[in-house]
Amino acid sequence: MTSPAAGAASRATLPGYVLRPTRGAYQGLSPTTKLVIAFAEAAIAFGVRGWTGPLAVLVVLALTAAAAGVARRMAPFALATIPLVISILLVNTLLYPGATDVIVRVGPLAPTYSGLTAALQATLRVIAFALSAAILGLTTPTDDLLADLERRGLGRRGTFVIGSAIRMVPRMGERAAEITDSQRARGMDTEGGLSRRVRGIVPLAGPMIFGALTEVEEQTMALEARAFSAPARRTVLRTLPDSAAQRLLRWVLFLGAIAAIAAEIAGVLHLP
Amino acid sequence: MSGVTLALSGATYRYAGTPRDVLAGITLEVTPGRVTGLVGPNEAGKSTLCLVASGLAPASIGGRLDGSVTMDGTETRSLKPHELAQRCGVLFQNPTTQLSGTAVTVYEELAFGPRNLGLPIPEVVGRVEWAMAMLGIEALAPKDPARLSGGQAQLVALASVLALRPAYLVLDEPTSQLDPQGTRLVGEALAHLAGETGTGVLIVEHKTELLAALADQVVVIDGGRVLESGPAAVILADPRLAELWIEPPAAVRLRRALSAAGLDPDAALPAGALDPVAAASREDGGPAGPAGAMDRRGGGEHRA
Repeated sequence: MTSPAAGAASRATLPGYVLRPTRGAYQGLSPTTKLVIAFAEAAIAFGVRGWTGPLAVLVVLALTAAAAGVARRMAPFALATIPLVISILLVNTLLYPGATDVIVRVGPLAPTYSGLTAALQATLRVIAFALSAAILGLTTPTDDLLADLERRGLGRRGTFVIGSAIRMVPRMGERAAEITDSQRARGMDTEGGLSRRVRGIVPLAGPMIFGALTEVEEQTMALEARAFSAPARRTVLRTLPDSAAQRLLRWVLFLGAIAAIAAEIAGVLHLP
Repeated sequence: MSGVTLALSGATYRYAGTPRDVLAGITLEVTPGRVTGLVGPNEAGKSTLCLVASGLAPASIGGRLDGSVTMDGTETRSLKPHELAQRCGVLFQNPTTQLSGTAVTVYEELAFGPRNLGLPIPEVVGRVEWAMAMLGIEALAPKDPARLSGGQAQLVALASVLALRPAYLVLDEPTSQLDPQGTRLVGEALAHLAGETGTGVLIVEHKTELLAALADQVVVIDGGRVLESGPAAVILADPRLAELWIEPPAAVRLRRALSAAGLDPDAALPAGALDPVAAASREDGGPAGPAGAMDRRGGGEHRA
């Protein structure tokens, strides 16, 4: 089989939209550095008890989002946590184990201060986690992150798992919208009160789950058909940024997060 | 069977966990430089045949394969997935699942396969630009693959397969979401691939106009078995295809209508009017004429 014209190949260069220079200082960081930052933020938010951990992380996230110019695009990610936040608030406030400091009794319900405090702290942690992932996603093309991780020794399977997880989020959202539209077109009422919306989840869940499973199988075959499992080292189209300062920052963040969690577990930290 | 060919011999396949053979003793050959069309009703086993012919079944999805499937004399079962990918490109019905999902632009989507092979950047660039030019999709290059229309995604998925430069192509309804112009583009690209680069093509297609213009031979399957095979013009003119709900090309229908009206088709119409290529051009909205770009066979060699 003839190969593409050798002359064309020899003078070939990548177009500008592939080389795309990064805009902004935060976007210009190495994808792995941004991943480690997101990891450290999530680890501290969840690992350090009380208010200090999640609040400190949220402050850092707000500053980072402003510096990266993505603050206005963060809202959907925070809103996406609402279902989880509602369940956290309900379960903890009403069913917190051992709590006796009742706020008010309403029939059989007895919300407690301890439960509410734990619920609000957990809510801040969840939001901090969501926003740390959001900043990573909004400032880092998935392909760049995967290429950088692979360059650092993470196998293709590992990069595929991470890549699949990242791209599954918007795809699931689109699929949910498609299924909801098609259910509506067949007469199902998904608007209105809470009970109606809850009933609407049932016909949505089945097609979502089975459709996703089918897609995964097809995608796996498609990747195999495009030499995804080839043993050769993948070609990197453009050089990704990195520096000695960033390497140092990554180690400091990584070890710092581990140290903070260890200190918390050991009871050394006494933060509010 | 010759050594340089994609050959199925008595191929019987059953999906994992199912009691029934979906393919039963399929024997066919895809030879370099020739296009083999595959037609059949729904659930005939066409898509499964594509998976088996490309080596993805059972290598990637499991199941039980009896008989022989060879590429250039090598059993596909003995080849690794990436080795298969370089020999045989496969296009599925749903283009969106075929895209990598990690590329930011169509250009990078097309580069995904060549990059997996570790090719140097000039080679990657050469392949990507060649594949785009083959399908006329250069204008899509900077676009986000996730924001393409169904037809555009199908062209990009096909171009992504072409960028691997396989010796064989197995295409499962590659034009199902394409408009007449897109269908024509794909037809011309496949004709060029077969004629100029010697690619062997196996194509599942319901558009018999396209097959009439493109295919050297057509294989009819139903119930996982080959019912008949032979020159495209002969098979597509077989009246028994109606029993399988396969509509013949317009040229065949017109010829039949003229015959039914007591007219001699060859005398009633100008020369070349019943040429399948000319018919395909008109139905696809392209310029009419017996020497369309898809005509690979020289003057209606297989005319019915």
